[in-house]
Amino acid sequence: MADTSPTSPAHQAGRTGAGRYAACAAAVAALFVLALLLPPALRDLPPAAVVPLADWTGDALNWFAREASIAGLPVSGITRAVASAAQWPIEALQVLLADGWAKGAGFNRVQIAPPLSWAGITMAAALLAWRISGRGLGLLTLGAGLYLALFGLWTSAMTTLASVLLCVIAALAIGLGIGIRAYRTPSVEPAVRAVLNVMQTVPIFSYLLPTLLLFGYGPSAALFATVVYALPPMVHATVLALRAVPAETLELAKMSGCSRHQTLWKVELPVAVPRLAIGLNQVVMMTLNMVIIASMIGAGGLGYDVLRALRRLDFGAGFEAGMGIVVLAVVLDRLTQTAARNRAQGRTGLWTRRDSLLALALLAVPTAASLAVPALAAWPKALTLTTAPFWNGAVSVINTHFYDALEAVRASVLIHVMNPLRDGLAALPWLAGVLALALAGWRLGGARLAGLLAGLSLFVVLTGYWQAAMGSVYLTLLAVLLALAVGMPFGIWAAGRPGLRHGIDLVLDTLQTLPTLVYLLPAVMLFRNGDFSALIAIASYAIAPAVRYAMAGMQHVPSERLEAAAMAGCSKWQSFVHVRLPAALPTLLLGVNQTVMMALSMLVIAALVGTRELGQDVFTALSRGETGPGIVAGLCVACIALSVDAILKSGASRAARHQGETHV
Amino acid sequence: MSDLHHRPAPADRPVVLSARSVWKVFGEDEAAFRARPGPNRAPAALERDGLVGAVQEASFDIARGEVFVIMGLSGSGKSTLLRCLTRLIEPTEGEILYHGEDILKLPEKPLAELRRTRMGMVFQHFALLPNRTVLGNIAFPLEVQGMARAEAEARARALVEVVGLSGREDRMPSQLSGGQQQRVGIARSLATDPEFWFLDEPFSALDPLIRADLQAEVLRLQREHQRTAIFVTHDLDEAIRLADRIAIMESGRIVQIGTAEDLVTRPATDYVRRFVAKVPPAKVIRVASLMSAEVMPDAVETVPAASTIAAVAPRLVAGSGPLAVTDASGLPVGCLDRQTALRTLAEGV
Repeated sequence: MADTSPTSPAHQAGRTGAGRYAACAAAVAALFVLALLLPPALRDLPPAAVVPLADWTGDALNWFAREASIAGLPVSGITRAVASAAQWPIEALQVLLADGWAKGAGFNRVQIAPPLSWAGITMAAALLAWRISGRGLGLLTLGAGLYLALFGLWTSAMTTLASVLLCVIAALAIGLGIGIRAYRTPSVEPAVRAVLNVMQTVPIFSYLLPTLLLFGYGPSAALFATVVYALPPMVHATVLALRAVPAETLELAKMSGCSRHQTLWKVELPVAVPRLAIGLNQVVMMTLNMVIIASMIGAGGLGYDVLRALRRLDFGAGFEAGMGIVVLAVVLDRLTQTAARNRAQGRTGLWTRRDSLLALALLAVPTAASLAVPALAAWPKALTLTTAPFWNGAVSVINTHFYDALEAVRASVLIHVMNPLRDGLAALPWLAGVLALALAGWRLGGARLAGLLAGLSLFVVLTGYWQAAMGSVYLTLLAVLLALAVGMPFGIWAAGRPGLRHGIDLVLDTLQTLPTLVYLLPAVMLFRNGDFSALIAIASYAIAPAVRYAMAGMQHVPSERLEAAAMAGCSKWQSFVHVRLPAALPTLLLGVNQTVMMALSMLVIAALVGTRELGQDVFTALSRGETGPGIVAGLCVACIALSVDAILKSGASRAARHQGETHV
Repeated sequence: MSDLHHRPAPADRPVVLSARSVWKVFGEDEAAFRARPGPNRAPAALERDGLVGAVQEASFDIARGEVFVIMGLSGSGKSTLLRCLTRLIEPTEGEILYHGEDILKLPEKPLAELRRTRMGMVFQHFALLPNRTVLGNIAFPLEVQGMARAEAEARARALVEVVGLSGREDRMPSQLSGGQQQRVGIARSLATDPEFWFLDEPFSALDPLIRADLQAEVLRLQREHQRTAIFVTHDLDEAIRLADRIAIMESGRIVQIGTAEDLVTRPATDYVRRFVAKVPPAKVIRVASLMSAEVMPDAVETVPAASTIAAVAPRLVAGSGPLAVTDASGLPVGCLDRQTALRTLAEGV
């Protein structure tokens, strides 16, 4: 796309870039001065002017949950019925995987049937992994099972797995349904896409609130929240997969005289399976993340273990449970990814009927044997391994010997960087912020983008969350800068070393599969609660896309341009500055965008270590059961995410117009 | 287009498929096109209003058993015309008559039934279903008809043999070469034993040697069972080899319909002339066109009237004096002057 017409705004901006940017900077500065001279109402919105959207939302939802009725049936009755209906499969899976079938409680408890033995499940899963992938994944699965059993995490892990299985099945079915609907009715599709985009930026806790209100504290509320949270990627994947079915294949269906039904089931869905499998992988990983978080509202499982350990400041136990989440995540990710890849490459017949029988036997024999050998039902407590004392010891050693050094780092960063930025942003008058955003939008994407940004920021202002939002911006900004400062140079460096690529990809993949909660642990172990720990946790969660996009951008510079640079006698540095960097710029900007999105999604989780910003508002609302504020604060986070997304995307597409292409 | 450059369907067979003033116009205001008076339908007028005339006033008849080739460069509208004939694309205006019945007026169900039972189509990029085996792909149209699985597979098995893929029944499409994949596509298109056979640039994704093999395969299948075939291609050699008649399209219009010989000897426009410029006349001119009507009762050497001059070249250079010309049943119908024939042979070499 080298044919950008000379009259396009982008081109003009390129020609007189420096002057324009200086003008913009001057305008922003003028705005600030102006804003400081403005009446106080335009600096801090007076409480009377705040639109009580949070109250309205809360009242409306409360009314809906408690008093409304649909067709004569009270909503509360319906939700209660739905919740108890959902309870049934949860309990059934729980019985099968974790608890076994028992009658009575306490001393009267009689075990009628044992749960599936840990040894059986581990071996059957390892067999599956071995068959569809190979010895490596088989051994990994075996190791993961042994870790969970031997470290006493088995029951928690199976509780988590039971929720994941159930949620994945539900999200798959519903997501497919919505996706097919959106694909078939193109007029519905834009609306669906808009809703999905907002859903993907609303923080994870905001999903918990309405479900908590509707379904009460417990596993079924967690189930519904998780299914809703995991829906967007499945809907996306379904629409994309169905759209990717070649036009000729659809013509074949028509020419063979397929009915609509036949076209869908015999042609479109089977052809789309490889791409749907990629969606499945995403759904599984998102479900796992959410199930871990949903432990807070009574889903139990590994997430609950981590939270409990965090509250007791028992870092060792927390770390072990966290590692349990990690192994579960890695195994689930590798299994679903391999299945997707096998599908895409048309490799079938890896799992035969005989394998099914063998797996059944592997499940049945240890389970039956566990009646006689209790160690096969539950690994005896006395033999449980633990490394918790080691980690606790390590933390205390670090705290004794390196306390001063760590504290010095923490304090100086806090005093010299974090606090000034926080205070500066807090002092920013809202009018100046809104105008500056609108101006940036106008420069980058015209009136439309300016309107969008002004609207999003005014939403935050009018709902009374401007101050809290500035807190979020400050934390996100620093975390993103930190992640970029570490991740991008590393990615650029690693791109030149093909030998390292495979290893780095593996590490990044693993980092990205880890549930958010896991990232908090090391930060808290070293730096205790507070903004600094939150910063470290957010930055380390958000670093993966920074590295990945930097590598991708650098690797896909057209080789002809590099040869041209070499033939022009460029030094390595000149070639980097004049050829590689400009060519990679659009991809790098997309990487920044992804990094920001990841950081924002981590923000709420970081609220657990005591930050003061929107994430904390959402979290507090959750713990107090205040639906309205929780949802509105969540929407404010979504507003920030959508603003950043809009700004960076238009920046990236402008850079791409000059450079010709992006590589994502 | 004058009638001089529009050779009608052979009169000895019934017309089974006709297009009557078929238009396909792309653009936002497609619906308003019908209201346009004739003069406003010129390409320039359409372009002014943001419309593209992908197919403009296409009219022709196709007789039973004919191989009708639609040829043109990319963007000439040939694939669009084929899709109008099958209603994969809804024409903006006109009539598409199968045995006199306009399929544009058919509701969805009967149209599907028509496609299920009487049409088969071969696609440019094969359009095989990647999740089905060779056998499963070939049996697919039968399955759609509601045929029992065992019967469908038995018929598919027979077709595997017909297209020379025996032993590969259980392969997946990804395990086959391009040529083999298109053999599966051909077998599938014939699974329901259709009356009408549509081929949309079926061999253009294949390399030249494989292409020649598959052209021979199509000729063989047509010899065994004459179907009414509509074949789209941009390859003139392919068209000459397979066609009974060729329709040449240029930016949405059919500029000439005729045999290969018609195109070479009487090109309708400069465009057609340039198109066929590289074709040696002897490859398309038939003995019948050069012969004189006087019958030589005692000639020893005979040539069939339907052969091209190139096909009888060895016999032309092997002797001297005129040759007797015979028709399909072997009866003498005229004589061929060796010098005239050799002069044709020398042209365009």
